[in-house]
Amino acid sequence: MIDMFELLAIIIKVLVVFAGTLVGIMIMTLAERRVAGFIQYRLGPNRVGFGGMLQPIADGLKFFSKEDVIPGQANRPLFLLAPLAVMIPALMTFAVIPFGAPMEIAGRVVKLQVADINIGLLYILALTSIGVYGLVLAGWSAGSKYPQLGGLRSSAQLISYELAMGLAIIGVIMISGGLTLNQIIAYQQETGWNIWKQPIAAFIFLITIYAETNRLPFDLTEAEQELVGGYHTEYSAFKFAMFFLSEYANMITAAAFMVCLFFGGWDVPFIDEAALGGWGVLLSVASFLGKTAFFLFLYILVRWTLPRFRYDQLMRLGWKFLLPLALLNVFLTGLVLAVKG
Amino acid sequence: MYNDFAPILIFSVLSVAFIVIALFLQKILAPSNKGDLKSSIYECGEEIEIDARAQFNIRFYVVALIFLIFDVEVVLLFPWAVVFKDLGLVAFIEMLIFLGILTIGLVAVWRRGDLDWVKMEIPYALGRYANLDQAGSHDSAVEPGRD
Repeated sequence: MIDMFELLAIIIKVLVVFAGTLVGIMIMTLAERRVAGFIQYRLGPNRVGFGGMLQPIADGLKFFSKEDVIPGQANRPLFLLAPLAVMIPALMTFAVIPFGAPMEIAGRVVKLQVADINIGLLYILALTSIGVYGLVLAGWSAGSKYPQLGGLRSSAQLISYELAMGLAIIGVIMISGGLTLNQIIAYQQETGWNIWKQPIAAFIFLITIYAETNRLPFDLTEAEQELVGGYHTEYSAFKFAMFFLSEYANMITAAAFMVCLFFGGWDVPFIDEAALGGWGVLLSVASFLGKTAFFLFLYILVRWTLPRFRYDQLMRLGWKFLLPLALLNVFLTGLVLAVKG
Repeated sequence: MYNDFAPILIFSVLSVAFIVIALFLQKILAPSNKGDLKSSIYECGEEIEIDARAQFNIRFYVVALIFLIFDVEVVLLFPWAVVFKDLGLVAFIEMLIFLGILTIGLVAVWRRGDLDWVKMEIPYALGRYANLDQAGSHDSAVEPGRD
């Protein structure tokens, strides 16, 4: 049974992670535009609040105060279901990601992770796959041509890159022998970060998370010049915001996932966090946030420096390069482990 | 074990509540002026001619089928990968056979042209483009009266 202490710990963790994700999304929307501004030699939004700090709140209020237009040809229940199917999984995925070393409060160990389930990796993969349904539904239910094409494109893109992503993760599971992120992080603490042992998998994973989150250079689903807004062309007001927010939520989760799989999670190299007590916990959380922020910055940097792929190039990269490479990685990992063991 | 999933339940309830409250707030705050023209779909201002849910390219369907096959493969690999270190060489050879068969499948699909996206490169997808060279030559081009 759950006692009061555990229940309290769970509720506090859920609230902190949920609020943290939302704040992270807000910071990302602002950071994206500010960094884009600096890359393009202009300032970006800097009027609302100090240096533009309150811009995300102003945007949020604007989303609430706009009229919600539903096209007459739309299939109304599915039209409403689609943004829900995208956003709820996007918000929930972060629940299994550990964001710091275990903390000791009043003689009891509290894991800095909302839910430590034994199939953590499968949970993340399953939830990210649900998002595909949302995109297809959004495209189809609007009854308009641009969303229809955008939805088709994005579903084909997401499923193509999901394969390479799953196979890249299998290499990591093989060497660390666990399906939870805690096991993988513990393994990395013992023997060094996975990036050194699975460089091919890390490379594939980095590319696929860009495709899975619909970011440039893989944002063909919403290629403005051809498809207007892609699957969310007909959405307005808060329903549009839900697609927008879930894209950033997915980016944050993907970056954190990348950090956990290949860059030691909350591990700080050359330091034993457990020996430092409270400071060790703080250090581990800072390390996790720092690494995640780095990959989020990389997302923005890539978006504003690389052009978009053509659709046939995208499919060729996914099926003819990444998939065989990922299969090869599984084979090589197995070979090395079998020969060594 | 079920206790492990309890936080996820709380988390999902919170996510749903967040969205429902936001949609409710919008219902209160946002104006609502409905109109026929406003609720028509976006088509760059042109008159809408055909239904969007008509036909789309069959290759999306083919790609989805190939994905299904390989996704099942990946799912089967997960439990194998977890216990791989304990099983050792035998498990490796067994999975090698499994992966080998599926790799042959990938090669077959590749050779067939199902992974190509440019129509001109796929023999069975050419359709009316098959005789493009003859049709495009100068003497037989665009005769009036012929479709």
